[in-house]
Amino acid sequence: MSDSTPQIVAQNLTLAYGDFVVQRNLNFDIGRGDIFIIMGGSGCGKSTLLKCMIGLKSPALGDVYYNGIPFWSSGPGQQDAMKRGFGTTFQAGALWSSMTLAENIGLALRQYTELSDADIRDVVAYKLMLVGLAGFEDYYPSEISGGMMKRAGLARAMALDPEILFFDEPSAGLDPISAKLLDDLILELRDSLGTTVVIVTHELASILNIGNNSVFLDPVTKTQLATGDPKDLRDNHENLVVRNFLQRGTAEMMT
Amino acid sequence: MTEARVDSDPGSDNTLLVTFAGDWMLGTGLPGAKSVLRQLQKQVTPDTVSFDTERLGEWDTGLIIALLAIHREAAKKDIKIDEAGLPEGARRLLGLAFAVPEREGDRRHAKETGFLERVGDSALDFTTGARDLLRFVGELVLSLGRFMHGTATYLRSDLLFYIQEAGAQAFAIVSVISFLIGMIFAFVGVMQLNMFGAGIYTADLVAVAMIREMAPIMTAIIMAGRTGAAYAAQIGTMKVNEEIDALETLGMQPVDFLVTPRVIALVLMMPLLTMYASLMGILGGLAVGIVMLDISLIQYIAQTVNAVDLSSLFGGLFKSIVYGSLVALAGCQQGMACGKSALAVGQSTTRAVVMGIVLIVVSASVLTVIYINIGI
Ligand SMILES: Nc1ncnc2c1ncn2[C@@H]1O[C@H](COP(=O)(O)OP(=O)(O)OP(=O)(O)O)[C@@H](O)[C@H]1O
Ligand SMILES: [Mg+2]
Repeated sequence: MSDSTPQIVAQNLTLAYGDFVVQRNLNFDIGRGDIFIIMGGSGCGKSTLLKCMIGLKSPALGDVYYNGIPFWSSGPGQQDAMKRGFGTTFQAGALWSSMTLAENIGLALRQYTELSDADIRDVVAYKLMLVGLAGFEDYYPSEISGGMMKRAGLARAMALDPEILFFDEPSAGLDPISAKLLDDLILELRDSLGTTVVIVTHELASILNIGNNSVFLDPVTKTQLATGDPKDLRDNHENLVVRNFLQRGTAEMMT
Repeated sequence: MTEARVDSDPGSDNTLLVTFAGDWMLGTGLPGAKSVLRQLQKQVTPDTVSFDTERLGEWDTGLIIALLAIHREAAKKDIKIDEAGLPEGARRLLGLAFAVPEREGDRRHAKETGFLERVGDSALDFTTGARDLLRFVGELVLSLGRFMHGTATYLRSDLLFYIQEAGAQAFAIVSVISFLIGMIFAFVGVMQLNMFGAGIYTADLVAVAMIREMAPIMTAIIMAGRTGAAYAAQIGTMKVNEEIDALETLGMQPVDFLVTPRVIALVLMMPLLTMYASLMGILGGLAVGIVMLDISLIQYIAQTVNAVDLSSLFGGLFKSIVYGSLVALAGCQQGMACGKSALAVGQSTTRAVVMGIVLIVVSASVLTVIYINIGI
């Protein structure tokens, strides 16, 4: 699926809060059109890594390259320009609580496109339909459920048809059917629009179904244990911790 | 309920036999594992610790924490633990406690800080606070530039909403307070000036005091408590909910979107509110004046009109603009600097009000000195 030059390259990333190191020496490539999974146990630094990739938290060492341009060594203007190619959902939703869903999703369209108000309404309605929230335009985030907020966050992230989508646990809190629909949606976005998707998730089913590239973060050694296709890692990786994670704790020692 | 007891006897072949008896329930004055730990800390330590729970009654977490303490001490000294004597459930619960080993470097130790260190820390905090404030002012100025150029991203409906919030909705409170302040000034004036038979000058006193000083300062203090606090709480809550992160990831400037419209709204509304407050104050004075003094309405008004000149009015309005921008600045700066917890939102709201009032009073003194020197 991916062409030869990687779209995103993490080089020697070290992430830390103050002098508390979360992860060190992360190196991985993400090709164009990849569905890239960030996985690992709870609290190992997945959300932190995602925040570093989308420009919210600067790394202690290393850099993230987008199409060969180092993000963290660029000036603020260029960073803003790069960020406009991203769409992001947050683990906790982070919808703008003083705006309706339609305004949440329409904000970026209003700022960065020349669309008329009527067109924006159409785009918003379509994006809400994609995530199964048709008709919820005029609800405020406080008036919908947690899972619905998650989906509305997805619709907001997709508003500008970004080149790269970053999702932090998009399916946590969704019922199995919605989670499956979400997987289908992600695959469809990749196939039809060529979007690169970076997902933090624990859902083994989606990791194996949709992921074609991944990085595995380990909380004990505080570095990556593996990177590559999750199905490959499940069957062939030499490290028992990685296989165990991907086989739901039932891996045998390799002989 | 029988009393909880624990005994430890050095048994044969270097084993320490720990006997638990009675009911080990939390909150019933448990003896804890201290006596056992003391045994373990002796010079000659046993090889193994084993347990006898024949006479153990009911138990809950109270027992488990005693066992955990023994476990930890034993691990330090490489003493083996023989869990065979423990109840089945307690063994399993202990097993679960150790299932996920503590990660190295995760535990934080509450640090003891000495007096000097704390003095140093607060001095450093002060300088970083001042630096943050300066940086914020700089960002705000840049953002205002973008606003003037029309390149700032913000919602016009937001701006109008803030104007309504900082303007029309503040009318009631400003009216009441200014009217009462005018009355108080008039009372004082009537009492003091009547002694010299100069009661009519109460009108001058009220008009000049309101227009030059009191209306700007009182309005500003009301707005610090009302709008400045609201700004800090609104922005702080957005910070807690990662809503500001969400703005940033879209490549938008949070300052353009959240701060500048609020500052502009307050700076636009402050002079209007202040003018209105002056009027209400003068009306308050008038009410007291014509009741307590032996003069007519026309006389009082004529006296007031004579007392006020344009330079006082503009002086007062200029002050109100300065105070308004300081209040908005304090509110927004504290909101943007808010931490990520409910407690932090409360703290930054408090700080916004305190900082707003301090800034108002300090700048009022400075402006008064300047005004005197340039003769306004
Ligand atoms: N703001 C912060 N300040 C200090 N430490 C933090 C902060 N945020 C996270 N951490 C620490 O960083 C580590 C990684 O946190 P992170 O949120 O990235 O985990 P995660 O892998 O996303 O976990 P989960 O799967 O539960 O969401 C944790 O050990 C946490 O204690
Ligand atoms: Mg997370």
